[in-house]
Amino acid sequence: MYSVADLRKGLKITLDGDPFIVIAFDFVKPGKGQALYRTKMRNMINGTILDRTYRSGETFEPAFLEERTMQYLYKEDNHYCFMDNQNFEQLSISEDAIGDAKNFLIDNIEAEILLFKDKPIGVSLPNFVNLRVTQTDPWLKGDTTGSDSKPATIETGYVLRVPPFIEEGELITIDTRTGEYSTRVKG
Amino acid sequence: MFAGSYPAGRKENLKHRATILGAIRSFFSENNFIEVETPHRIPLPIPEAHIDLIDSGSWVLHPSPEICMKRLLAAGFERIFQFCRCWRDAERGSLHLPEFTMLEWYRTNADYSQLMDDCEGLVRAAAEAIGLQGTIRRQGHTISLNGSWERLTVREAFYRYAGISAEVALEKDLFDEIMVCKIEPQLGMDTPTILMEYPTERGSLARKKLGQEDVAERFELYIGGLELANAFSELVDAEEQRTRFVQEQEFRSAAGKTVYPLPEKFLQDLSNVPPSAGIAFGIDRLVMLVLDADRIDQVVAFTPEEL
Repeated sequence: MYSVADLRKGLKITLDGDPFIVIAFDFVKPGKGQALYRTKMRNMINGTILDRTYRSGETFEPAFLEERTMQYLYKEDNHYCFMDNQNFEQLSISEDAIGDAKNFLIDNIEAEILLFKDKPIGVSLPNFVNLRVTQTDPWLKGDTTGSDSKPATIETGYVLRVPPFIEEGELITIDTRTGEYSTRVKG
Repeated sequence: MFAGSYPAGRKENLKHRATILGAIRSFFSENNFIEVETPHRIPLPIPEAHIDLIDSGSWVLHPSPEICMKRLLAAGFERIFQFCRCWRDAERGSLHLPEFTMLEWYRTNADYSQLMDDCEGLVRAAAEAIGLQGTIRRQGHTISLNGSWERLTVREAFYRYAGISAEVALEKDLFDEIMVCKIEPQLGMDTPTILMEYPTERGSLARKKLGQEDVAERFELYIGGLELANAFSELVDAEEQRTRFVQEQEFRSAAGKTVYPLPEKFLQDLSNVPPSAGIAFGIDRLVMLVLDADRIDQVVAFTPEEL
C-alpha cells in the first residue's frame, strides 16, 4: 500500500482495476486550505491520461507488473502467439494489446511482454529490426520531382517512406520506436 | 548535489533576488513603515486547521510572524513590516518549501483595501528593480501591472470558473480542490487578480464584512496563476477571535492533528489593537514571478534536498 507521501514520477499504481503510471506530480496548497497532491497518470493498458487530486491520508494499491521475454511464433485470426523459451508456455495476445509492434513482428523475433495480473498489456521489441521490402516502385533515373523518399511496403504489410535507391526484395533496418526507416542492410 | 559547481542561472537569480529585496525595503521606507524583527521560535502558535509545525525543543518554529507583529500593533506601532523565515512541516512542491521567506506588513487605522494599493506599488517596484517596464511575462502570458488590477469576489470566481456556488463547494467539501484545479490557474493572467471576500469559515483571523456577515474581509493576490499573498482586515475582537480559534482547534482535534493551547498573551493584547489590516506575502514566489521561474528551487540558495 502506498500513501500520498510515496507519490513520484514513475510510480505504478492500480486504480479502478487498471494499472497506471504517475507521469507528473505536485504538492499544492491553496491559501489557508488543506494540502493536496495533484497527479497526472497514464493508463498502462489504453494510454488514457487521467488527472486526479488526492488529500493527505489517502492510499493506493501498487500495480504489480511482470515482464517476460518471449518469442513470436505466428498470427492466428486477430491474435498473435508467443512462446516462453524457458518453459515453452504459450501466450496469445490480442491485436489491441500488441499496438504498433504488430508492424514489425517477424517470425521468431524476441519481444518483452508486459503483463498485469497475468494479462498481456504491452509488447516491446528490440529498437531496431530488419524487414524485407515486398513492394516499392523502381527509382526512375532523371526523376525531377525532387522527392527524396518514396513509399515501400514491407513483409508485415506496413508501409513507410524509404530513400529512392531501395529496391524490392531488399532488407532494411527500421527503428521500432518511431516506425521509420533507418538503414539498408548490405548483402 | 552540485558536484562543486553551482548552477550559473541560480547564481544570477540570487543576485536579482537581492535587488528585489532592496527595492521592497525602499518601498516601505518611502511609505513610512518601520522594519521590525520578532522571535522566530515561539511557545504557542495561532491555531490553524491546515498548518503543521516544526518543533524546536518544547517550543515551535513560527509558521508566520503574525502573533508577535500584532502584539507590536497593541504596543502602539502604526506601520510595520518584517522579512523573515517561516517553517511549515511537510510542505514541499514546485511552489512550496518547508522553510521559506515571508514578508508581512501591517497598517493600523486601515482596512484591506489599503493593502491592495500597497500590493500594486510593491509588485511594480519589484518588477522595475530588475528592469521590467510595467509588464511581466509568465509561462507565455504577458501580464500588465499598470492600469487597474482585477478585483474578483470568491463568490463570482466559483460561478465564473467552476459553475458552482462557493457555499455548495464548501458543503460538499470540494472548496480546496475546485480552488486549486479550476480557479487558481485562471487568475491573474492579463492583469493581477485580487480574489476577495472569502466565506467566513475561510478567514479565521479576518473581520466579517460590514452588512454581509457570511464573508470575511480577506483577499489573496494572484499573478499568472501564482498565489502570492494573503491579507485581512484584522479581526480585533478578542472574544470572537477566541471562538474562531476554538473552531480551528476542534478541526485539528477531529483530524488527529496536534492541538496546542490557545496563545493567551496574544488574545489579551488583541483588545488593544486598533482597527488594522495585515498581509503575508511570499517573497520566494514574488522572485519566481518576476524572473519567470517554474520552480521555487530556482530562486533560493539551497533547497532541503541540496543540504
